[in-house]
Parts: sequence; C-alpha cells; structure tokens
Amino acid sequence: MHVRADQRFPIQIELNGRQREGLAEPRMQLCDFLRHELGTTGVHVGCEHGVCGACTVLVDGVASRSCLMLAVQAHERRIDTVESLSRDNIMNDLQQAFSRHHALQCGFCTAGILMSCVEFLERVPSPDETQVRDMLSGHLCRCTGYTGMVRAVLEVAQQRQETLVENNNDV
Amino acid sequence: MYMQKSIAEATVGHIGSRQARVEDAALLQGQGRYADDMATPPGTLQAAVVRSPHAHARIRSVDASRALTMKGVHGVLTGDDVKRWSNPFPVGVRAPMEHWPLAVDKVRYVGEPVCVVIADDRYLAEDALDAVQVEYEPLTPIIDPEAATLNDAPILHEGVGSNVVNERNFRYGDPERAFAEAPHRITLKVQYPRNSCTPIECYVVLAQYLPASETYDVMANFQGPYALHSVMCRALNVPANRLRLRTPPDSGGSFGIKQGVFPYVVLMGLASRKVGAPVKWVEDRLEHLQASSSATNRVCEIEAAVEANGRVTALRYDQIDDCGAYLRAPEPATFYRMHGNLSGAYTIRNLAVRNRVVLTNKMPTGLNRGFGGGQVYFALERLMQHVAAELGLDPLEVIQRNLVPAGVFPYRAAAGALLDSGDYPAAVELARRKGNLDELLQRRDQARAEGRLYGIGYAAVVEPSISNMGYITVAMTPEERQKAGPKNGAVSTATVSVDPLGSVTAHVSSTPQGQGHQTVVAQIISELLGVKLESISVNVELDTGKDAWSIASGNYSSRFSGAVAGSVYNATLKIRERMATIAADMWQVSSTDVRFADGKIFVENGPSQPFHRVAGTTHWSPGLLPEGETGGLRETAFWTPPQLEAPNDQDCINSSLCYGFILDFCGVEIDRVTGQVRIDKYVTTHDAGRILNPMLVEGQILGAYSQALGVALMEEFAYGEDGSFLSGTLADYLIPTAPEVVDPVILHMETPSPFTPLGAKGVGEGNNMSTPVCIANAVADALGRSDIKLPLTPSRVRSMIGIDEPAAPEGLVMDAPKVAGGSALQANDLVEIPAPPQQVFDAILDPETLKAIIPGCHALELESENHYRADVTVGVGMIRARFAARVALTDLDPPHSLRLSGSGNSPMGSATGSAKINLVALENGNTRLEYAYEAAVTGKVAAVGGRMLQSASRVIIGQIFTRLAQRLSGKPIDTSLWQRLRALLGMGGTK
Ligand code: FES
Ligand code: FES
Repeated sequence: MHVRADQRFPIQIELNGRQREGLAEPRMQLCDFLRHELGTTGVHVGCEHGVCGACTVLVDGVASRSCLMLAVQAHERRIDTVESLSRDNIMNDLQQAFSRHHALQCGFCTAGILMSCVEFLERVPSPDETQVRDMLSGHLCRCTGYTGMVRAVLEVAQQRQETLVENNNDV
Repeated sequence: MYMQKSIAEATVGHIGSRQARVEDAALLQGQGRYADDMATPPGTLQAAVVRSPHAHARIRSVDASRALTMKGVHGVLTGDDVKRWSNPFPVGVRAPMEHWPLAVDKVRYVGEPVCVVIADDRYLAEDALDAVQVEYEPLTPIIDPEAATLNDAPILHEGVGSNVVNERNFRYGDPERAFAEAPHRITLKVQYPRNSCTPIECYVVLAQYLPASETYDVMANFQGPYALHSVMCRALNVPANRLRLRTPPDSGGSFGIKQGVFPYVVLMGLASRKVGAPVKWVEDRLEHLQASSSATNRVCEIEAAVEANGRVTALRYDQIDDCGAYLRAPEPATFYRMHGNLSGAYTIRNLAVRNRVVLTNKMPTGLNRGFGGGQVYFALERLMQHVAAELGLDPLEVIQRNLVPAGVFPYRAAAGALLDSGDYPAAVELARRKGNLDELLQRRDQARAEGRLYGIGYAAVVEPSISNMGYITVAMTPEERQKAGPKNGAVSTATVSVDPLGSVTAHVSSTPQGQGHQTVVAQIISELLGVKLESISVNVELDTGKDAWSIASGNYSSRFSGAVAGSVYNATLKIRERMATIAADMWQVSSTDVRFADGKIFVENGPSQPFHRVAGTTHWSPGLLPEGETGGLRETAFWTPPQLEAPNDQDCINSSLCYGFILDFCGVEIDRVTGQVRIDKYVTTHDAGRILNPMLVEGQILGAYSQALGVALMEEFAYGEDGSFLSGTLADYLIPTAPEVVDPVILHMETPSPFTPLGAKGVGEGNNMSTPVCIANAVADALGRSDIKLPLTPSRVRSMIGIDEPAAPEGLVMDAPKVAGGSALQANDLVEIPAPPQQVFDAILDPETLKAIIPGCHALELESENHYRADVTVGVGMIRARFAARVALTDLDPPHSLRLSGSGNSPMGSATGSAKINLVALENGNTRLEYAYEAAVTGKVAAVGGRMLQSASRVIIGQIFTRLAQRLSGKPIDTSLWQRLRALLGMGGTK
C-alpha cells in the first residue's frame, strides 16, 4: 500500500471476530484507531510508550502493545480486545476468577492484563507462581499489588487442567 | 449506633460480608466508562499544551502566529487571555504570589503550561506546539529546599521576597523543660523524597463555555476535595452555579493525584471560551509525570527527649516542606493533615514544632495517598528506631513503652487529635503472635551468623481518616483565623430513592477511583431494606449542577467507610422509617414491628407486602398515605461529626475524625554484591474499626502496601541541579511490578469508632504511611546505620555498604561518571583526517563546510565574525526536534586549536555545549583531530531520553568530525562496525 502522510486510508481488520473497516492516517496509533475510530474503548491507554501494558491487544493471537503499533500495520490482520472475552454477557473463567479474587480495583490496567493472560495460558497451560509473576511484569497496576491476579491466573490454570483431565477420562 | 454482627456471622450481601464487587462485570468486559470514553459534543476540538523547557526563566515574548496558520489549528490560548478572563488561584496563606493556569511573566518549573493550542484533533494540536515561539530569559533555578531558604537563594516570587512563604511555630506542653530534664537527647535528620502514586489513567478534561449563561460546563476526572470547586470558581470569576463540574462513572485510579487536575479544569474552560467550541484535553504520561502533582518532599530534623528506659517525654520537629513552584490549594496541607496527631501512637505530651513551607523550581505538590503521613512517620518512626539503637534497647520495646495504653479512649493527644478508639498494645501482641515475630528474629540471627546482611524493622502508626476541613487554617496564626472566620467539620452526603416500580437507586458524592464504593453502598441498603443487592443501582458520578454535595465531597482522607457509608446508612434509615410508618398505618400495627427482608415488608407472623407495593403507593396513590407522609421516596442525608472542631487559640486541632492503628514489622536481606533490598517477610496489622467488606479492605491494604514498596525501594521524581526533570517515562520512573511485590501477611482487629454511624474508620492509606519507614528501619538495622534515604535503590544501598565496582573487562573504557545536573554530558574522542592541520582549521572556519558537517543543519546565517545563527534538526530514536541555534567558533589558535560552541532552543527542550578541538600534525601529513566536549540538555529531551543521552550525544557530535574528515578526503571514512557499536552502546571513544 502506498501511503501519504496527510491522507486517511481505509484499514480493514477482523476485530473480535467481525470484519471492520475504518479510516486512519499513516501515523495514527493502533490504540487510537481501536478506541476512537472503531469504538472498542475497552482498550486503555496509560503511557503511549510501551511500558504500562494497558493497551495490550492480541494481534493475530499474539499479545501486543497497541500504542506501539500503527493502525496501518494492522491492516488485514486479526485483532482481539477485551470485548471479545465474554459471550452473551457471560464472563469467561478468567474474568470470573479476577472478580472472585479482587484482582482489579479501578480496572484501567485490567483489559490489557486479561489479554496477556489469555495468550499466556495458551502458551503455558500449567504455570507456577514465578512464571505468572514474570508474565505480569509486562504490566503496571497501581491499585492492587497484583496479589489477586496471581491467584486468579493460577486458579484458572488449575481448573482448566482439571477439566482437561476429566474430559480425557470421559473419552 | 449500628450494632454489627461479627464478620463470620454477616449474611451474604450484607454489611461485613465478603461481597464480590458490583463494579466488576462492566470493568472486566471493557465496558467501563472512563473520562476519555465519554461522548463529546459535535464539533469538539482537542487541546495540547506548550510547556516550559526551563525550570526558571522570564518569558520575553510569546508568538503564536505561525501556529495559527497550521492545518487544523483553531486558536492558541496565551497568558494574556488568561489574565483577561480569570483571576489567580486563591491560596491558603497570606503571601503576595500569583499562580495562574498559564505562566504569565515567568516560568517556574519544567513543564509549566505556557500556551494551549486548540486544533481539530490531538495529533494536529501537538504538531502545532512546535510552531509557538516562546522566547525565554533563563534565570538561575533553585532546587534544593534547604538552600532555597537561604537569603542569597534565587527568588521564585519576587513579591514575597523570600522562598519561605509560610512559617509557623507551635508549642504544646512544656517541651523546654522536658528536654532540660531528659537524660538523653537523640536527634535525627531525614529527607522524604518526591514521588507520586501516579495512576495508570492520566488527566482528562472536556470543557465547554456557554456564553449565553456565562457558564463553564466541564467534565473531568477530578476527585475532590470539592472545596477546590470554590477555588476554580474564584479563578474563573464566576459564581459556583456557573461552573458545572461533572465526573465520569469510572476513574482509572487517583490516589490523591487527580486533585491536581483542577488547574486544567480552569485552563480548558478558558480554552473553550477562546475558540467558541467544546475543548477536550487528554494528558500524556510525560505531562503527567513532570507537571501534574507530586507528594511533598520534606526535610525534617527531629529530636527526642528520652529517659533511660526509652520513654520519650518530648519531641521537637523542625520541618521544611518543599511545595514546588507554587503553593497550590490545598497546600500547605501536607503539614496540617497530620498536625493533631504529630505524636503518632504515643503518649508524648510535650511538642515543639517549627514548620516552614518553601517554594523551589519543581512541579507543585498536592494530595497523594497517605497524604502527610509518609513524611511524618518517616521522621518519627525512624527516630524511635534510632532511639533504640542509641540506647541499646529493643525497638519494639521502645514502641511499646510509649504507646497510648488501652482503656483511655477517646484520648486527646498533645496537639489536639482526639484518638477515637483502639487497643494499641493488644494489636502489637496480635502482630507478634500471629505474625510469628520470634521466628523472624531467629531467622535474622541465623542469617547474621552466616555473614549475611539481614535486618528487622518496625513501625507503629496512627492512620487518620475523615479530614477536618478546618485543619488547613492551622497554617494561619490564631489572629489571622479570627479574621477569616472559623472553618471546621466535614459534611458528607448520600441520597437514596425508591422509584415507582420499587427499585432502589443511591447516589454518593465520594467520586471513587476503584475502591468498590458502589458495592458497599449496595450492601448497606440491601441489609436495611431487605432488597437484593444486585437490584440496587448506585450512581457515583458527581454533577455539581444537580447532586447533593459539599466542600468535603470527594475521594480523599479515607472518608468513605466512616463518613460516606455512614450517610448512606442514615439516608436509608430515613427511607426505612417512612416505609415502616406507611405499612404500620396500613396494617394498624406499631412501626417498630415492621421488618424488611427478602424483598418483603412484613410483621413477624402477620401481614406482608412486597417491597415494591409499599414503595409504589408513595408514587401512585399518595392519597392513601398516612398524615404527614408527603409521597415520593427520596432522602438525602447530610452528616458532619461534632468532634471536628475548628482549631483553638492554642493551635490544638482534631485534624481527623478517626484514627486507626497499624503495627508493621518486616525482615529484609540486602545483597552484598548488588545492594538489592529483598523483602523476606512483611507483616501488617490493622485496626480500622468495623470492617464493612473484608475483601475490599484487604484490597486497599495490598494496594497501599505495593505503592509503599515503590516509595521505599524505587520511586523518585529526579531533578537535575539545573531543574531538568529526569523521570519523564515509566522506564525512568520505576513502579513495582508483580515479581517485585512480596505478598504481606495481613492481620486485623476491630475496635469500632464511637464517632461514625457504622463504627468504621478509613483503611486505605495506612500502609503508604507505615511501610516506607518500616522497610527503612529494617535496612537501618541490617546495616547498623542511621543515615537512611529513600528510595533504597540498589545503587544507593551499594554506596552505603561501600562495595567496590568490579574492574572493567580488559580493553573496555567505562564512561566517566556523569557530572552534576544529571542531564550534563561529557566525553572526548578523536578522528584522523587526511589533510594537514592548516587545511582542517580553515575548513572549520568556512561557513559552507560548517553547514555541511553539522548534522541536520538546514540553514546557517552569519551573525558576526565566526558567530552564526543556525536551524538544526536533531533526532534521537523517536524524538526529533528542530533547534533555533547559535554556533560560535572562539579561542582561535591557528592551526592548533579552537573551540566550537553551540546553544539552542526547541520545543523539546534546550541544549548547550562546547567542544575544545586540538589539531595535531601527524608524520603521514594527516591531522589527528582530538576533541573534548561538555553538553547539557534540559526540557522534554532530558525528561524522556535520559537513558539514551550519553550515547546519543556521542553519536551526534562524532558525526560532525567524521563528516569533516569525509569532506576533506572526498570519500567516506571507514568507521569499523566495532567502533559504531561501541559508540551506540555508549562505551568509550577510540583510544
Ligand atoms: S499505553 Fe501502551 S504500553 Fe502503556
Ligand atoms: S486496577 Fe487500577 S491500575 Fe490496576
């Protein structure tokens, strides 16, 4: 695609399982595009320089900082945000565990953290606490001290493993 | 007073239960509605702020003409506009100094707003920042608070004639006598650093000026105290009903810091007025770190009169609070929030206090979680540890010897605090037993036996909550107070209503930031009215145009559980009484027999009706209501505790309503090689009165504790000596991440407060007060030293334990340590040029060559002989800036040496530098050009690029001379990959 600095380009992405299109100048950050063009305001912006992790989304399944990506770079790719996690207003196991363990207060960091956890649990299905803390170190939370998150992630990992075992036993 | 069951007995969903939060479902699904998510009116423009790159300078001129011609720009708000339409912010002390939302004559800190550019979108507004030309005349800055008090210090506010803008001296009991009689006088001088609980969401303001009604309608993530609404109205020169201030439903954290958004509420109101359209401003992280708000740094000399057994009979505080460039309301509150309880948890009856407020060239200070407590306890509890160390006593024994005993509550402390309830010795016992202190002591013995550095620290803290709105007047003398009229109390409000279909809605003016206020409000109502918790709707948006509020409204001083929840209780009781009366009238029974449970109103073994039926009657058939019943169901409760009296003529002040108690202890181990402080175990014991929701209380403790770990170990707003701000990114201002937070052991006691409707006290700030000093005391114990400074970063601790730097690997030249100022850079290098010295010398003097060799030079104009004006773009990584520069060649000694100097200003900051150049003739006819340079950078570049500057300056300056060599040889000079790598990594030159 040939781009000009002052021109807006149509960007097509698969956002949370749906085809979406919006316009973006070449310099527009992906987080701004997702929030203000497409309305997925669950994506939060805390630093715009890649440290806090609040803006984390999945790009083709990989947890990525949407403040460090341009919207044009997301063209024709798959983006998943926090809005994709629940089905019919029923929260997934991770979201429910976050609530049970009081893993959020203001909730501003939470969307990004959930997305990293989603990807992490796929890669590392039975992590230990050190691994969970290490994964969370890519995020800043100012409210909680992380305790509840660590408990929630470990609990979900264990539950998923147990379900897996049960299902296998059923077969 | 409300009689509560113990936690174990609390019914699910009721007061005291571990109720999961009603806030979570929206927040976890990305449906939170934070300030930047709120709808904007059509035609809303976006603002960006031109900020000062200088810590102290006179503004010579502001020229926005070029910016106004840029694409999408609608207007630029300047200091002149601000002077025309507004007033300086009122302050709490009498001193002739002016603070405007934009700098008008001088800038007094790096990042101070100078202009506002308003454009179609944020990107375009930021583009135009660079085009606003501001000419500054730099003045000498003053950064150190003690130096700022001296007579010869540069003065920030000439009208005051001194940087000390407020001084008060206090005396309680007979401190002179106590000191004279004491066998020991033990002194300590401590410094509390600048830091901030910096929330992850920055400031957002959406302002609209409505000319027809001369009203400013503003939405901002402001958090109170709403006394500042009056300050904003004064500044905007409007009555309070012409500033409609609203907050969004959700807040991305505040911790006090969002109090500091208030100048921007005024600023963006004026910006909207300037362009005749709604204006939105979203602060970025650099703006937030350098120019939002900060905790107050303090220098405190504290002295104790001590008996041989460790009993402290008197304290003398000599304190300096550094409030930054302007005394911004509610400062100097950092001093006075804690004033009544300056004697902490102890029965120390004699106090002498000298408080001085000083201004320096740093960002203004304000509320920050634990407000004033971190500062006081860092001095007091460090002193208690020091007393123990000096007298060879056990630190916990010294604490216990001085504690307020059980059974004397409410206890009036020396400076006026009325400690409401508690059993401090029992809490210490609980901590010792359940926290397993004996085992920790053994661990220390063992570690020490193995030669490891291990220490144990303690802190006993009284945690105040629900501030007396009159405490700030202690900054004035009794005579001044007399004139101004008494200030006292703390009005909290809550509204509960029941609609025609029988569902319950509540509103509170506590502007929460994620603490779970909605959940607790719902718990209280659910218990009292017997309706399902999930069916209750709790609104926490505050709209000063419609809602019940008062000056004490807002989210600060841990006022929710004591005051706001109490008001909810009172308002709900009124509703219940009215409904009980209606039902009693209907059934001809006594209203005291009417019960509320399971969605029903009933009499035990008697009649019963669904809750919504009785509620509906008040709306649908008011004619059936008993006499005196007005119909409709909406009750607002206002509540202010009588114990919060104005300060008396002896300056005694009950600065808060409630005082919780905390006893912390911890064990730390220090790595002898890295200097890292590792928390081995942390125990924190709390008595915050009745606990309304144990899960939320635990969350508050964990959050405060982890912020406090940051204060203790990593966080500091660093300033260079020239006033440059050096912590402008979250990679420079480090806050704790998950691996660094060691979960504490949390213990509870519940001694209800007799002064709040539910017996609850605040709990959200205690660890911000207790944890930094507890860790500092442990480090003091480990190292056997008293000179503990925060934050205890590995490098600071290493310098204290005196580890020698391991020798650098062979052949690696390390950078000389940076010179003072932090942003100052220096290095030297050399390059061989294939031409004789005279030719090289002449080439440097030739303007054409000079223009060609300065990287990014667009134009070079002769000003006078060997002096040029230049237009240069310099880029380091993502940061690019266009400098209006001056270049000079001086100290000419042809063909041996000369000096090349330059200085320039850009929107990204200013830079100055000079290089001494020596030309040495080589045998092969070539020249060895040796250069040594010094440079200094301020402004945005220094704030965000500190980590890269040393290597970047090396690369840029190196380019000048390699380009010179290229030009003279006519071919590219071969710098080896190794050399380039070394240059990039910031390693030494090609020696
Ligand atoms: S906003 Fe992207 S990492 Fe902070
Ligand atoms: S919950 Fe507030 S920042 Fe994490």
